[in-house]
Amino acid sequence: MSDHDHNHDHANSRPLTDVELRVKALEQVLTEKGLVDPSAVDALIETYETKVGPHNGAQVVARAWTDPEYKKRLLINGTEAIAELGYSGIQGEDMVVVENTSNIHNVLVCTLCSCYPWPTLGLPPVWYKSAPYRSRVVSQPREVLKEFGVELDKNTEVRVWDSTAELRYMVLPERPQGTELLSENELSSLVTRDSMIGVEVLKTAESQGVSE
Amino acid sequence: MNGAHDLGGMHGFGNVNPEQNEPVFHEEWEKRVLGLFVPVSAAGPFCVDEFRARIERMGATNYLSTSYYEHWLHAFETLAVEKGVVTKEELKAGKSFTPRGESMPPVLAKDVPYISSHGSSARIDKAITPKFKAGNLVMVNNNHPEHHTRCPRYARDKLGSIEKDNGVFVFPDTAAHGQGDSPQHCYSVRFDAQELWGSEASEKDSVYIDLWDDYLTLA
Repeated sequence: MSDHDHNHDHANSRPLTDVELRVKALEQVLTEKGLVDPSAVDALIETYETKVGPHNGAQVVARAWTDPEYKKRLLINGTEAIAELGYSGIQGEDMVVVENTSNIHNVLVCTLCSCYPWPTLGLPPVWYKSAPYRSRVVSQPREVLKEFGVELDKNTEVRVWDSTAELRYMVLPERPQGTELLSENELSSLVTRDSMIGVEVLKTAESQGVSE
Repeated sequence: MNGAHDLGGMHGFGNVNPEQNEPVFHEEWEKRVLGLFVPVSAAGPFCVDEFRARIERMGATNYLSTSYYEHWLHAFETLAVEKGVVTKEELKAGKSFTPRGESMPPVLAKDVPYISSHGSSARIDKAITPKFKAGNLVMVNNNHPEHHTRCPRYARDKLGSIEKDNGVFVFPDTAAHGQGDSPQHCYSVRFDAQELWGSEASEKDSVYIDLWDDYLTLA
């Protein structure tokens, strides 16, 4: 193939953007030098696109809701308790789980970059990495939460966790009322990514349309 | 450094706009950048603090007008050149100008499950006396270093209390610049929202920030 062919996206038949060319060049040079194996890059993409995601964290939450001893271990040593369910790894090496209660609401941010607990929540959404969220949630948490549809009582204590170090945080959301009869599996399907970041309060099972 | 990355408390960026049913990636090239993190950091080699420091130095205007994975790409290119792994000319040409050397073997696909599920903790297993203990009141040093730091601007010169000693960790300020790990204790420090943001903030609210020994002084 000529250079001309290399610089087009064949699926969309348009010239590659500057960024696309740079990514391609970097991978190509490192591959030619024997420093990158493209199939390892593929495997990493597949891991974070299909295997690692908020469904993992949801399992942790459902276990904590149904097993008081597990919950105790989770709040004392998040890393070990999460490892019990097999969700360890990159960007989750040292985990801290913070519990939402009827009068404490926790919410996570990384104001300096976009640190996020990958093994339990997957890769962070764009809004979490964006300047509006990172700049405002530390100083105006109640206003930001309102934009997400969470209206907190003025007596509720808001705790914002700024992940400035290598500890990664995860919120243990409150178990919604009316879910007493649900199994651990059914409970995990109620748990959303946003509730584990702390920008959502989970509704009752009924309003989520889960049958008991 | 007091860069554009240090966003806490800034105004003017508008509302948060969450995308409904957001995909994990928006572009094919973003996937490649994500997937390159592990092999490129192994090839450098470089640590996460060096990586973040390069992003912070890309320039304020550039930082704010480019996306997360563009930040990563910038850091990869910068570090690969700085570490002597590639040359600028090679990146420009998109091909290697030197024969394949006897460098360390690359990360292989078969290694990926182990690497992704184990990671690499910045915790250091070393007995070091902590400067503070839970309950201590501490002032955050009013330093404005030009080098990399993980002490956010909005916390400087503020009074907080040590909530918990997280243990001994690599110190980013030195590790980012090849000056060693300087292992020291890192604490969860609690700040009243009003101490940080004034009386407009709720007296109920607080911000917890992870800060190292060298950022703090006993109050």
